[in-house]
Amino acid sequence: MPNGSLVKQPNLDQWLAIGADGRVLVRTGKVDIGQRISTALTLIAAEELDIDPTRIDIAAVETDVAPDEGVTSGSNSMEESGDAVRRATATARKHLLALAARQLGVAEDALDIVDGLIRARATNRSITYAELAGGKPFGIPVDQTAKTKDPKSFKHVGTRVTARGMADLVGGSAKYVHDMQMPGMLHARVVRPPHYHATLAKLDDAKFKSAGLGIVRDGSFLAVAGPDEYAVLKGAERLAAAATWDRGKGLPEGDLFKNLTANERVSLPVIKGSPVKEAVPALPAPPANAAVTHQARYERPYNMHGTIGPSAALAKFENGQMTVWTHSQGIYVLREAMAEALDMPIEAIRVIHAIGAGCYGHNGADDVALDAALVARANPGKPVLLKWTRDDEHAWEPYTTAMVMELQASLDASGKVLAWSHESYGDTHNMRPRSTGNKSGAARLLAARYLADPVPPPVATPSMGHHVGIHRNQEPLYTFDNQRLVKNLVRGLPLRTSAMRTLGAYANVFALESFIDELAEAGGLDPIALRIRNLADQRAIDVIEACNTALNRDKKPAGYGRGFGFARYKNQKTYCAVGIEVSVNDAAEVKLHRCVIAADAGEIVDRDGIAAQMEGGVLQAASWTLYEEVKYDRDGITSRDWDSYPILRFDNVPEIETILMERPGAPFLGAGEASSGPAAGAIANAIKDATGLRLRRLPFTPEAIRAAAYR
Amino acid sequence: MTVTLHVNGTEHKIEADPATPLIFVLRNQLGLTGVKLGCGLEQCGACTVMADGQSVLSCVKTVSEFNGTKIVTIEGLAAHALGSAVQRAFVAENAAQCGYCTPGMVSEVTALLSAKPKPSRPEIIEALNGHLCRCGSHTRIFKAIERVVAEKSNA
Repeated sequence: MPNGSLVKQPNLDQWLAIGADGRVLVRTGKVDIGQRISTALTLIAAEELDIDPTRIDIAAVETDVAPDEGVTSGSNSMEESGDAVRRATATARKHLLALAARQLGVAEDALDIVDGLIRARATNRSITYAELAGGKPFGIPVDQTAKTKDPKSFKHVGTRVTARGMADLVGGSAKYVHDMQMPGMLHARVVRPPHYHATLAKLDDAKFKSAGLGIVRDGSFLAVAGPDEYAVLKGAERLAAAATWDRGKGLPEGDLFKNLTANERVSLPVIKGSPVKEAVPALPAPPANAAVTHQARYERPYNMHGTIGPSAALAKFENGQMTVWTHSQGIYVLREAMAEALDMPIEAIRVIHAIGAGCYGHNGADDVALDAALVARANPGKPVLLKWTRDDEHAWEPYTTAMVMELQASLDASGKVLAWSHESYGDTHNMRPRSTGNKSGAARLLAARYLADPVPPPVATPSMGHHVGIHRNQEPLYTFDNQRLVKNLVRGLPLRTSAMRTLGAYANVFALESFIDELAEAGGLDPIALRIRNLADQRAIDVIEACNTALNRDKKPAGYGRGFGFARYKNQKTYCAVGIEVSVNDAAEVKLHRCVIAADAGEIVDRDGIAAQMEGGVLQAASWTLYEEVKYDRDGITSRDWDSYPILRFDNVPEIETILMERPGAPFLGAGEASSGPAAGAIANAIKDATGLRLRRLPFTPEAIRAAAYR
Repeated sequence: MTVTLHVNGTEHKIEADPATPLIFVLRNQLGLTGVKLGCGLEQCGACTVMADGQSVLSCVKTVSEFNGTKIVTIEGLAAHALGSAVQRAFVAENAAQCGYCTPGMVSEVTALLSAKPKPSRPEIIEALNGHLCRCGSHTRIFKAIERVVAEKSNA
C-alpha cells in the first residue's frame, strides 16, 4: 500500500540529506512528545543506511521545511513517518550503492557498507556517503517499492537503546519552549475570565499600577507583558483584581450523567467501525436460543490531560511576519488556524516546533500559541514568551468528554455471543485547530472567542471516520453476532472538549471489557475462555494467553483480586492485554500491586520505547480510573490544581512486567495508546474479584467503593 | 535588594525583589532552565533543587530565604559524585518520557540517597510522593534508584 506521507512529499530530499561531514539528517513531520518517535526513526535510518545511530540527526519540525504529516496523533507516527523514513532511507541506500558501483568500477553486489563507508570486497577500494552525496541534493523520488532490509540482518532495529536526547532531559540541558531566552524578550501571562461564558465588563486602570508592564486588551482577551517574569506574574494578579467580569448565566448545571443520555443528540448507527447516516435500529428482543441476556450502563466523567508543565509559546512579530515556537502536535494545522485568527496570510506565519512537557493529546499547546501571538502583535519586534499558569491549564484546557456506555448482550450456553449492543454518548473528541475554511480553525483556538471581533466556538459535527472520537473501539474485535453499535453526539454539555489520548477508546474498552466479565459471571463461564471463544484473530489470542499465563503464574494472595482487559487499539493498531492484581484496604482505597502487559506492536523498532508506552499508558489510565474527575459548578471549573484534581502518585504504583510479541517483518503497529483501555477494564474486573463489587462509574475513589458496598 | 546565592559552586550577587520565588532567579537571571516550573504551588515537585544537601521546592520560597545557602540545581549535579551517578542511572533505565518532571526527580533522589544510601521502598515512596509524573515513568525511576544503590554497594 502506498505511504500517504510519501504521496504528499514524494522527493527523497524532502526526507533525507547527507552533510559534507557525513552526518545524516532525517526529516519528519511528526514531533517527539516524549514517546520516542525520534529514537525509532533514528534506528530505522541507521538500519537501512548501515550507519551508526550517533551520526544521525533528526531535523527540527518547522513549517515549509518539514514534510507535512498532519498531526502527531492517533498512534499513527510509526505507520506514517516510520514507514516513510524506512522507504526513503532504503531508496537512498540503493542510490548510494549504484553511485559507488560506478565510481569504484565494480558491481553493486560486490559492495559492503560499514558505517557509511562503501567498500568493494575484492579490491578493498572504498568511498564514503559524504564523498558520494555530501551536501548535494539527491534529486530523485522516494521509491515506494525499494527493497528494505531482511529482519534477520537487523543490527539496530529491535534492540534496546537509550532514548534520543535522554541525557539532555536527565541533565537539565534540554530546551523546552518554556526555557527559551532571547534578547529583549518579554514574558507574558493571560488574565482569564472566571469561566467560559464571562465577558470583560470593566477594567479599572486606576487600580492597576503598571510599573513597566504593558497591558494587551482585545475585547475580553486580557494579558500583561514585561521584561521580568515575576513582575509579570504579580502584575497579572493586580490586573485580575482590576477587572470586572459579566458572568452571565454561568455554566449549565444539572446531573451530567443524566443529561448525557437525555439531552438533544445526533445519533448514528456504526457499521464495521464507521458511522453511517441512517436511522438507528431499535434494540431487538433477545434471540430465542439465548441462555443469558445481560445489560449494564457505564460512565466516565470529564478528565484532563494534566500536563506537568503548563503550555507555553514564544512568538515574535516583525515586519509583518509572525514566528511562533510551539509544542503543538500539528504545526501546519496550527498555522492555518492562526492565520485565520490573526487575519494574516499563511505565508506570513512560520511555526517551529520546540519540545514541551508531555501533552497526551490536544491540551493548551495550540491555544497558548495564539495567546502569545496576540501579545507579540501588540509588541512588534519583541519576542514574547507566554506561559499558561497551572490554573490556566487546569481550568481552560480542552478536556476529554464525559461519556456513557450502554451495553446489552445475549449468550448461548456455550459462551457464543449471539447478540451485542453498545451505545456510546458524549461530546466531541475532535476540536483540534483544523481549518475547513470560514474561520473554522480560528474558532477552535481559545482566545479567538474572546476578541472584540470574536469567532464563536464551532458546533461539533459527528466524526464519520473509522474508529474516531466517540466510537473509537466501540466495534468489538470479538466475533459477536448481530452487533448493534450506536454513537450519540450529545448537545448542551457544559465543558470544552477535544482530543485526549485514546479519544473514546478508553471509555469504550473499559465498558466492553467490564461487560464481558459480567457476561461470563452471568453465564457461569471463565472470562478468559469467553473472550477466546469469541475471537478469530490468533494475534489477539496470543497476547491474551501470554498475559493471562504470566498474571496467574503464582497463587493469588489472600484478599487480592485479579482482573484482565484486552483491546486492539482502533482494531488496527497494537494488540494489548493487561492483567492487574489489586486489593482494597480498610480506607476503601484501591491498591495496585502487580501488572502484566502483553503487547503485539508488529515489528519492534524501539524495543524499550514500546515497553515505556505500554507501562506509561497503564499508569496514566490507572490514574484516570482511580482518581480523576474534572469538577465544576455554575461559577466555573473547580478542579484548578493538583489538590482539587489529584492524580496517581508513587504510593500506588504496581510492579509491571511487559511482554512484547516478536513479529519481525510484520508492519509497524502504533503503540502509544494501546494499553489505556485494557488497563481500565482490568482494574474494574480486579476490584470485582477482590471485593465482589462491580463498579460502573469512574473514578473508583474510596467514596465510590463505599457507595457500592452500601448499595 | 542584593542577595548572595551560592549556586553550583559559584557565588552570585543577585539584584532582585526579595519576594521573588527562587526559581525565577535561577532560571531567568542565572540561566539555569533545567529547573522546571510545574505548578508554582508546591504541589508537583518539578522545581526541586538541593539546598545545603536537602531537597527543597523553589517555586514559592523566596530568594531571600536562600541567602548564604549552598544550592545545587540539576545542572550542577553532573559535577556531584552521587548526583552524576543518579543521572547515569536515570539514563540507563530510560527513566523519563517527556522529561519535564525529571530534574526534580533526580534532585530528590540525590538528596534521598545522600541521607540514606540504602533506602527501603517505603522510604523511597515517601521521598518521591510529592513528585508528579504524568507520562508514567514511575517504575523506571524505582529501577534507577535500585541501580544506584547496587552500584554504590558494589563499589
